Amino acid sequence: MAVETRDQIAGLDALETQVKAKRNIPAAIWGRVWPMALAIAIVLIIWEAVVLAGFWPEYVFAGPATALGELGTRLGEGEFWHAVATTMRRAVSGFLLAIVVGVVVGAAVSRIKLLRAAFGSLITGLQTMPSIAWFPLAILLFGLTENAITFVVVLGAAPSIANGLITGVDYTPPILLRAGHVLGLRRLSLYRHLILPASLPSFLAGLKQGWAFAWRSLMAGEILVIIANQPSLGEQLHFARELADSARLLATMIVILLIGIVVDVLFGAADNALRRRWGLDQRIG
Amino acid sequence: MTAPAQELGHGRTEGPAPAVRLDAVSKVYGRGATSLLALDQVSLSAAQGEFVCLLGASGCGKSTMLNLVAGLDRPSAGTIETGGKQIAMMFQEPALFPWLTVTGNIELALRALDRKKRKERAAELLDVVHLGGFAKKRPHELSGGMRQRVSLARALAQEADVLLMDEPFGALDAMTRDLLHDELERIWRERNLAILFVTHNVREAVRLGDRVVLLSSRPGTVIEDYTVDLERPRRTESAEVAKLAGEITVRLKEEVSRHGR
Repeated sequence: MAVETRDQIAGLDALETQVKAKRNIPAAIWGRVWPMALAIAIVLIIWEAVVLAGFWPEYVFAGPATALGELGTRLGEGEFWHAVATTMRRAVSGFLLAIVVGVVVGAAVSRIKLLRAAFGSLITGLQTMPSIAWFPLAILLFGLTENAITFVVVLGAAPSIANGLITGVDYTPPILLRAGHVLGLRRLSLYRHLILPASLPSFLAGLKQGWAFAWRSLMAGEILVIIANQPSLGEQLHFARELADSARLLATMIVILLIGIVVDVLFGAADNALRRRWGLDQRIG
Repeated sequence: MTAPAQELGHGRTEGPAPAVRLDAVSKVYGRGATSLLALDQVSLSAAQGEFVCLLGASGCGKSTMLNLVAGLDRPSAGTIETGGKQIAMMFQEPALFPWLTVTGNIELALRALDRKKRKERAAELLDVVHLGGFAKKRPHELSGGMRQRVSLARALAQEADVLLMDEPFGALDAMTRDLLHDELERIWRERNLAILFVTHNVREAVRLGDRVVLLSSRPGTVIEDYTVDLERPRRTESAEVAKLAGEITVRLKEEVSRHGR
């Protein structure tokens, strides 16, 4: 043999695992920033144009300069930060509770056939139920308290989280299940080493959707359930409307939007990291 | 040079007990009018250290047979004896877990060992398949041939006596496949494995097997059991391999054309 098998293999391996070209990081950031900046500029222009058209008086619909000026002032106020803190505390605690409920329900339903038959479609049905429809009942049950808000936030988010887990378990690739069986994975070890990690991408998608529902439910709840001496973002919206303070109202809305975007970016980053790790991000060409 | 063994048991199994023995194994899928007989009374055995290639056209139940031996499915009739031997299996796809590194995938088969031993053993096995430098990579960063070698290392990690291989090199290019044939032959020798290797590639079967078992299609039965007495190492492109492969191909074509009538 002219060439050793080992050397041929090493040669092929080297050829087939070429290192990727290094990315130019500043250019990559710029590439992502400028479209966003453009979108913001377009929105501001349209906003200003609508204000200038004069359909509504300035105190009903403030222009971007007034609203952003108001936002700037508010950033310096303690009450504003207090409101953001209350809202975020409610969002995070409600979301965490929804994760616990969603995981327990999702695990049970994906594992037990009878539960699946009984509750599978109910969970999907719950997802389509507008969370604001729960509030009258929540207020009857818990009164105008934070528990009423938490109740609705959990009901809004948990079905998505449970469904994400169920889908992930269902779509564990059959070939991996067969490999796992041959490797001796059974019951608990099967879940730990195979089914749970395999369902992670779908679970993450469920979390992301669950968060969106939780955030919407929370805003609806904070507008409806106003608790004395507890400023929150929803409550601020409510009072801004009552006082016809449109600059303050729009400024608060911008904050709510920004928080939503930031959390979405965080979920997106987690999803991207997962895809890169698993090799699901390989583009064609 | 070759002799189709009429006895299904094959001469070499008279000595020690075979590593795997299928006795009148049948497999039916479905019930009633729509049921499909995939395997019909298949009897077959492989001795420890014997390399048996299962060859047949589509629908001959070769993969079904391996699934039965691996315990992924149950036979409808007949018995499968493995004498408590450890069985490992490789598939056409590498079936590696994408969330684990190369080492992590191999360590999954070494769960019984403690952490330190596990690491050592995984590193040894990676050297066996010449992937020592790729321990920290993830499956998607490797080529198809490399992934299949990781899959082989994972199978070897199970310390199996019997290795089932379901068209493991079917998706690889010819050059990589040739190299992996050499590697598999070396590893098989060193570890005295009993290998059941399913393929539809006649030359591959002759290149690798001590025996080539030809199966009919729908239902799958053993129709011929060739002993390959060619000296090792063989080359896929050699005249001897081509000659026997030619003979077997003629027989296989007869079998396939029977279904067209």
